[in-house]
Amino acid sequence: MESSVLLPVLALLCALAFVAGRSRSLAVAGVGGMRILNSLPFYYGSLTAFWCALPSLAVVLIWSIFDGVIIENMVHALVPPAAVEAAGGNIGLVMNQVRNLAAGHLSADSVEPAIAAAADRLVALERINRWALTGVALSFALIGAILAWLKINPQLRARAKVEDIFRWTLLACASLAILTTIGIVMSVLFESMRFFSKVPVTEFLFGLEWSPQTAIRADQQGSSGSFGAVPLFAGTLLIAGIALLVAVPTGLMVAIYLTEYASPRMRNLIKPVLEILAGIPTVVYGFFAALTVAPVIRDMGVNLGLDEWLTISSESALAAGLVMGVMIIPFVSSLSDDVITAVPRSLKDGALGLGSTRSEVVKLVVIPAALPGIVGSVLLAASRAIGETMIVVMAAGLAANLTANPFDSVTTVTVQIVTLLVGDQEFESAKTLAAFALGLVLFVVTLGLNYFALYIVRKYREQYE
Amino acid sequence: MSNTNKKAPARTMDLVERSLARRYGAEKRFRFYGVISVVIGVLALALLFWEIFSAGLGGFRQTHIQLTLKFDPDVLEIADARDARQVQNGNFEGVVRAALAERFPAVLDRGGRRDLNGILSIGAAFDLRDKLVDEPELLGQTRTYWLLADDDVDTYYKSLREGNAFTARTSEARQVWIQELIDGGELRTQFNTRLFTSGDSSEPEMAGILGAVVGSLLTLLVTFILSFPIGVAAAVYLEEYAPRNRFTDFIEVNISNLAAVPSIIFGLLGLAIFIGLFGMPRSIPLVGGLVLTLMTLPTIIISSRNAIKAVPPSIREAALGIGASKMQMILHHVLPLAMPGMLTGAIIGMAQALGETAPLLMIGMVAFIMDVPNGISDPATVLPVQIFLWSDSPERAFVERTSAAIMVLLAFLVCMNTLAVWLRKRLERRW
Repeated sequence: MESSVLLPVLALLCALAFVAGRSRSLAVAGVGGMRILNSLPFYYGSLTAFWCALPSLAVVLIWSIFDGVIIENMVHALVPPAAVEAAGGNIGLVMNQVRNLAAGHLSADSVEPAIAAAADRLVALERINRWALTGVALSFALIGAILAWLKINPQLRARAKVEDIFRWTLLACASLAILTTIGIVMSVLFESMRFFSKVPVTEFLFGLEWSPQTAIRADQQGSSGSFGAVPLFAGTLLIAGIALLVAVPTGLMVAIYLTEYASPRMRNLIKPVLEILAGIPTVVYGFFAALTVAPVIRDMGVNLGLDEWLTISSESALAAGLVMGVMIIPFVSSLSDDVITAVPRSLKDGALGLGSTRSEVVKLVVIPAALPGIVGSVLLAASRAIGETMIVVMAAGLAANLTANPFDSVTTVTVQIVTLLVGDQEFESAKTLAAFALGLVLFVVTLGLNYFALYIVRKYREQYE
Repeated sequence: MSNTNKKAPARTMDLVERSLARRYGAEKRFRFYGVISVVIGVLALALLFWEIFSAGLGGFRQTHIQLTLKFDPDVLEIADARDARQVQNGNFEGVVRAALAERFPAVLDRGGRRDLNGILSIGAAFDLRDKLVDEPELLGQTRTYWLLADDDVDTYYKSLREGNAFTARTSEARQVWIQELIDGGELRTQFNTRLFTSGDSSEPEMAGILGAVVGSLLTLLVTFILSFPIGVAAAVYLEEYAPRNRFTDFIEVNISNLAAVPSIIFGLLGLAIFIGLFGMPRSIPLVGGLVLTLMTLPTIIISSRNAIKAVPPSIREAALGIGASKMQMILHHVLPLAMPGMLTGAIIGMAQALGETAPLLMIGMVAFIMDVPNGISDPATVLPVQIFLWSDSPERAFVERTSAAIMVLLAFLVCMNTLAVWLRKRLERRW
């Protein structure tokens, strides 16, 4: 049975279990009625339904996570070593053939008999697997429901049990955040460690040359590939730096203007308009940067005669940085807005009463009081700029130049992750694993920036009141 | 002593008055910087929208060419128009070529003929086939149709109307033919229905966003079904049950960290865990939905917690006071009252997920897929990824289609955000 059928059947069983449990509780209560029951009939029904659903759902979940891998391994055994060698030692290619054959995309005549046999085996195993899963899941559901149903008696503390299950389910959902973090750390860490077993950490972190193209065939020239990530870090910092140069002054001034100068009506008008900027998908910014901004920047560079001293590329760091800066303006402004409004009225009024102009109040009172929060928001904006992907993928280049020239094309960590991983790839090659190592760096840096931002805000926050 | 006492106020006033001009100047400049910053933000937004809309509006129109065609059974090699197999293999391109040769009898040489045939899209022949399938009695008859033009003709005609003709991909002979067609009223633009009714294609004039839109909806469906209940459950736990201890703190730290992790990292997680470890297939909405679920969970948890916090404690106390259990208190009172706020948060989270591109590139939703997906385990792409793919294509006609697709994406986002604002205004209670 397909999972699209299995799950509704399970749901139906649960509903039946609920009804059965509920009516059984009323039946065992007998003439005394509901009053002699420990809990309301609803709880007896729910308890039965939980016992029906939870064990079988757990089985289905674990089963469907691991069945693919297990079946794959059983079929691997059937593929003759000669076939693997024929495909250049690439078991993945052979397995693709087997899968295509099994799905009916290929005809059995076009491949070797051993592969056809493997495909037949795959089809058979998958059928067995589906029925076995159905059988096991349904029997778990039935046995669970019947056991719970048999245990129903007026003394059973159904309410307490149901509340416990409810609470544990909620806890499990909340713990998913921890699980996700562990998943992220594990996935980037393990692959990175495999990468570092091929390429030394020092070469990765301090090497000046990045050209991850490893040879497809062993006899190709220049096949080594070099993985020095410094040009990527420099490119990332250059673009993020340009973005921050745009976003921090603008965002901060917007926040100051809206909190200190603008009338409430103006504020209510401008704030949502600027927040639209934050809601636009990054792919739209990327398109804008590549199509509109980049040519303008290039022409400007050429018209100013800069091409005599500098390389001017059509995919400039400046274009990507400027557009990214626009994107994070609302981010900076809304974060700074919050910290500026948190500065107590009495401080500002005191300064105004002493005869300061408004700008002096802002410069001498508000900003110093809100400084930790502003620094925090700048750090968060930096972390956002470093992790931004689509704008740089579309508007910055692929060439790993080590340059500080904003008109030149540079590449970033995120661009390289995307380039290395998009398309079909082998999990084993250093090229693929390099993307995970870059991911690890990115994760550590953004996490570090976030922690640092929170730390600064916590440590230096002034407590008024 | 008395001397200075008398003079001091006067001197201070002098100092203040002399500095006033400078201070007011500084004040004005500061205020001006503020205005400039706001203007920069608003202008950037306006420029962005202007660029997208001015480029994208053309994408909703498509050039068509009027031709009189004969469904000649001999050319088509179809004896019976009701036989699906024969119709499938029919030589409809031959019919189109014959009609073009008849329209432009002066073109005789091979090269010229080939150039002439290229002004119509290969999609024109497919359209004719569909027409014959619908109306088998057309076989042998002569009809006049508006047929789909090639993307180069489309680009040339549109640029011609704007006054600066883009001739790089249109030969002079073609320009003459096109002018002849324009003069005869046989070339015009129509609403580009294909954009909304077909999947991706390598021919710009035949490419549509239906496949991507369906892929996006399927992905969002998976995301919503998973992230909303889990997010709400996590928020209820943290607000109503969680004891103040290190484990709870740890959960909270993790949630706020995940909210700040770059989205591409979630793509790496999906690639390594869902595809690498669990062996799920690439490019399917199910995996995309799982990745986006993990990505949007922090947003949904945080907004749901705020909604739950906004329910006054008196309601909880009243429920507990008349004997409700904690679960009853939550299910019967807290959740219904917090639901509008939680839904608002969920819609905003979904809007975020709809615009997300990078993590989906990692799990292979970037493949070229022509078919419209039928379910969550069919290979699919999503709207933002489609935009990315088209923006990468060299054909000029894809530029306006990319902008048109962006307009559709923005329209979806505007609808979702309006719905969220409406829900908040309409349903949220104030105590």
